[in-house]
Amino acid sequence: MSAATPSRDGSSLGAAVGALLKSREVAVAVVLVLLIAATTLKSDAFLFSSTGWRDLLLTPSMLVLLAVGQTAVIITRNVDLSVGSTLGLTAYLTGRLFIDTSLPIILVVLAAVLMGAVLGLVNGVLVAWGRVPALVITLGTMYIYRGAFLTWAGSDRINAGDMPRAFRDLGTDSILGIPVLTIVAVVVLAAVGYYLHTARGGREFYAIGSDPDAAHLYGLRISRRIMAAFVLSGALAGLAGAVSAARFGTVSSSVGTGIEFEAVGAAVIGGVAIFGGSGTVWGAALGAFLLVTINRSLPVLGISDFWQQAVVGALIVGAITLDRVLVRRQEKKLVAARDDAGSSHAGPPTREPVVATTAPGSPGASAPGDTSSPTDPQEGTR
Amino acid sequence: MSTVSPEATPGSPETPSVERTYAAYSRPFWQRVVLSREFAVIALLVAAIVFSRSQVEYFDGPQTMYYLFRDSASVLLLALPMTAIIITGEIDLSVASIVGLTSVSFGMLHDDVGLSATIAALLAIGVGVVCGAFNGFLIAYVGLPSIAVTIGTLALFRGIGAGLLGTESRTDFPEGWTDWAKDRIVEGQPYPMVLIPFVVLAIAFALLIHFSSFGRGIFEIGQNDEAAHFTGVDVARTKAILFVLSGAVAGFVGIYLTLVSGVARAENATGLELSVIAAVLLGGVSIFGGRGALHGVLAGVLLIGVIQRAMLLNGQTINVINIVIGVLLVLSVMSTSLLAASRRVLAASRGARSSGGPSRSAGKRLLS
Amino acid sequence: MTDATLVLKDVAKSFGSVVALRSGSLTVHPGSIHALVGENGAGKSTLIKIVAGVHRRDSGVFELKGEAVDFGSTAESKAAGVAVIYQEPTLFPDLSVAENIFMGRQPLGAGRRIDRHRMYAESRALFDRLGVELDPRRPARGLSIADQQIIEIAKAISLDAALLIMDEPTAALSGVEVDRLFAVARSLRDEGRAIVFISHRFEEVFDLCDTVTVMRDGDYVSTKRLADTTVDSLVAEMVGREVAELFPKTEAEIGEVVLDVRDLSSVGQFHDVSFQVRAGEIVGLAGLVGACRSEIARAVFGVDGYDAGSVTVHGRPVPPRNPRAAIRAGIAFVPEDRRKQGLVTEGSVARNVAAVIRTGLAKAGLLTSRAENRAAAPWAARLEVKTSALDMHAATMSGGNQQKVVIAKWLATEPELLIIDEPTRGIDVGTKSEVHRLLSDLAGQGLAILMISSELPEVLGMADRVLVVHEGRITADIARADATPENVMRAATNADPEHAEHTEHTDHEGAPA
Repeated sequence: MSAATPSRDGSSLGAAVGALLKSREVAVAVVLVLLIAATTLKSDAFLFSSTGWRDLLLTPSMLVLLAVGQTAVIITRNVDLSVGSTLGLTAYLTGRLFIDTSLPIILVVLAAVLMGAVLGLVNGVLVAWGRVPALVITLGTMYIYRGAFLTWAGSDRINAGDMPRAFRDLGTDSILGIPVLTIVAVVVLAAVGYYLHTARGGREFYAIGSDPDAAHLYGLRISRRIMAAFVLSGALAGLAGAVSAARFGTVSSSVGTGIEFEAVGAAVIGGVAIFGGSGTVWGAALGAFLLVTINRSLPVLGISDFWQQAVVGALIVGAITLDRVLVRRQEKKLVAARDDAGSSHAGPPTREPVVATTAPGSPGASAPGDTSSPTDPQEGTR
Repeated sequence: MSTVSPEATPGSPETPSVERTYAAYSRPFWQRVVLSREFAVIALLVAAIVFSRSQVEYFDGPQTMYYLFRDSASVLLLALPMTAIIITGEIDLSVASIVGLTSVSFGMLHDDVGLSATIAALLAIGVGVVCGAFNGFLIAYVGLPSIAVTIGTLALFRGIGAGLLGTESRTDFPEGWTDWAKDRIVEGQPYPMVLIPFVVLAIAFALLIHFSSFGRGIFEIGQNDEAAHFTGVDVARTKAILFVLSGAVAGFVGIYLTLVSGVARAENATGLELSVIAAVLLGGVSIFGGRGALHGVLAGVLLIGVIQRAMLLNGQTINVINIVIGVLLVLSVMSTSLLAASRRVLAASRGARSSGGPSRSAGKRLLS
Repeated sequence: MTDATLVLKDVAKSFGSVVALRSGSLTVHPGSIHALVGENGAGKSTLIKIVAGVHRRDSGVFELKGEAVDFGSTAESKAAGVAVIYQEPTLFPDLSVAENIFMGRQPLGAGRRIDRHRMYAESRALFDRLGVELDPRRPARGLSIADQQIIEIAKAISLDAALLIMDEPTAALSGVEVDRLFAVARSLRDEGRAIVFISHRFEEVFDLCDTVTVMRDGDYVSTKRLADTTVDSLVAEMVGREVAELFPKTEAEIGEVVLDVRDLSSVGQFHDVSFQVRAGEIVGLAGLVGACRSEIARAVFGVDGYDAGSVTVHGRPVPPRNPRAAIRAGIAFVPEDRRKQGLVTEGSVARNVAAVIRTGLAKAGLLTSRAENRAAAPWAARLEVKTSALDMHAATMSGGNQQKVVIAKWLATEPELLIIDEPTRGIDVGTKSEVHRLLSDLAGQGLAILMISSELPEVLGMADRVLVVHEGRITADIARADATPENVMRAATNADPEHAEHTEHTDHEGAPA
């Protein structure tokens, strides 16, 4: 019956090693380690100086937060382009609260997260109940949130002196050699990763992105999950806003511009399928780590850092092309395996040939706005 | 040769005694025009112009329309291929980066390599074509999702420009060329020269999208690409051609922007892709593909331009303007669902008395 | 007898102007396997989807376990103990087999965390019970339809449903798989569950079920004990008229060879397929769902590629993977899935009808709606398409009318060869006979026709010659005079490889005229 089943028991060592080598997370991690090693060979200070070590861990923390939120959204077959604007707005809110109030640091950070969550909720409500693709909605709210930020800020700028010393120290402090902000990012990453992997709700994110129609037939609460994903993405962008204020000590008007594409790019490099259903936050976080580290490595490696964006772009294109090639190869193998299974039997063949390429959810077939709207809230929620 | 003809066979028992005839349209001409989404955008544009002329100081001044056209020209041009691409259900996020890269290429080929402006311009457009072909190949023939590919090439093309030129810029262009970019067609009239190539291209794209077999294919791909394939439409080739056209137009815009600003830099037109997409969607093109018209899109671009100009003249900052554009975009795409929802509510209240558990929502396509 | 698990009475459902179900009734008791039979379009699927909570009925009685219910969602129906196995499994391709079974109700361990070990163990237990070996950890992507069906069944069993509905579950299964499925169904029946079984195969119905309900054209016809009825009387009730009337095939003069397919193979689909179709001849391609009949047609027309073999029309080779070239060579192809492949439902009648010929309508490269309307109108009239105006969207039309639009679109190309896949699936009886008469007329005018159909009476009634496909190979070539339901079904279900070797090369003689 299951001649095509690769292994009866996935826990066998060989299969485990094979799966590990095939995993995108491992591949990205290997590239990252090689990059760090090469850069360090060129200049010890990149890894072994105290600031080098700190910057290596610290710089990616902001993008990791955004990539984690973005991954949750992309897994449900949506996208959030408004995170950069949300980040700007909440970074400014952080500075403003320090100037105008004497709230303790923790409350200010919470306020930033809450603000981000509210902005994410707006996205979520519009996407889940407006039945409009996330790309368009978040493109609109990207304009709106950034406009709101800049209108509110006017020509103001938050400077280092406006924020308490203790807050700015968070941007540079370390605990046991690991920067505080990195710890924050890792804790968030672990929590979201744990939820997506082990909670029923988390698995529903994947189910909805994998096949929205099937999710509807299963009776999953699609709108609710999609809203949750956007709230999470917004909240993490809010947290990233506070992190950015602490890290840079200033909030300029351009903070967060263009970072939404970096977040999507990090997720894609980390193996998150743009049309949902597969990928992990670990991969996305590693992708973010890789993107940021490339930025910092290029000058050391003697390549003008003006090329970093081109390298990032090439990585994204390369990653999705590689994915497609691997999928094609696997499909071919599956089809061939069925043929063998069919012809090796003398009696009536036991399985029906199926066109593997018509498997639902194959990304190439769909357009950005697939006509079967992933956000269809029709009967599932009413 | 042919064995079949539309005239019913004489011997056939099914020969209809009276030939069935059909009206061409179910609604009169004025209804088809007035009750369209495009008409709503055009009406909004006219209203915005009328309002601005009467209420906004200096809006009817001699410079306003000139700058409106000059500043909108890039988006107007880029919206032409973008409309076609979005109608097929794809998207091109990399256009502004191609503009940046061609601007850099044009500047460097002319200033550094020393080519004549004409050759440099042609080669720069060639760079745009290559960029578009790269997108097109990955999307149409490798079958990758356009949103992911063009997010990648958004960074890639811009990055190549930045890598080549860094933060430097090139400013040495023939005076005749930079003047041309700023000249008016007729002195004293508000129409800049760039409108001439724009009108030519707009007519070409209108014919391509709305009055050609290729254009019918564009819509069919957006509505149902499988059926299009079964009908003999070359889906991959159509998409690839559109991305190449998008690259070529972006190349032209790169040169225009360089000349009008006098500077070739990698950062030229950063973020412009979003303005273009926003304008196209505002103009009534469906992000799902399969629906839209060029006149609506052009009205959408100009509507944004008029609002921007009027609000600037009124002393508003660009930030407030961005909020307005964002809200307009969200409202315009929500309008369809809002209308549908209100219709559902109406239908449900009407149908409620007919049965125990009614549902007027047509069955969602789930199976079969 | 105990109280009924499911009672449906006079249930109606329309989609827009299309009446899918006029008056459906069905009463199913616990411990019973109840067959629901009827032709395509009889309303079976709509009835099932109402029970499943996919659709809401417009009117009628709907009771489950004695209580009136009205499901607004599939979740509600599932919670009430209804499990449905659809003809086309609906799985999450990216998720593991086990998760597909337990999505939304995965076993939880400490801290409400999913206990994967238990989930895998429970999945294995389910598969053991079903007698299958399937790795619960592997993703659902790439599974065969049969394996996917097994997952659906495992899911239904794990739900502990009181009512299990199987919508043509055997359509894509082989003999062994069917036997296993039946064993499971019987054991579930013996546990006291109610089972509804939809199938087009009478031997299965008589083998498995105890009671049968017949539906026709959206109406309830009858309910009987299977012991008290025969295949013939069931067919008569399903069709409601003499079969012969439906298929007015007139004799036509068989001419020269139009289509010649030689040794066509596609890895994983079909192998060494060779056959010919002559002018004026209707060749029926019969076989079970999943036998790759449509795949062969798709390869001939060029929407899919193939790995080996050749296709020629009038002796001229047709290049592979190029529908345009096939159209130029004179092939027309009315595909299986009208709404997804046949036409653009968002497009107007005129644009759909003119879709293939429009290149020729352009003047100096310019194509106007006027030209399309003018070209489309006579073809729409010839097919008697019912529409108020040529700019009406195809989406608003009934299935039969849509099919007429698709046929009009292809006849407009004035083809030499018409490939028509499931010509009458899901269309009303009136239109059905119109289509049959049309095909007969076209053949009479010398058109070569390759017809794929899952409806045996249609194949037997219309075809001059029947080719039977089993597992991607042509296993029989039967002339009209010799074709019986028995020999066609035998060739379709029980392929003998030896036999296939002999018959797959047709003997190049036309059917007896």
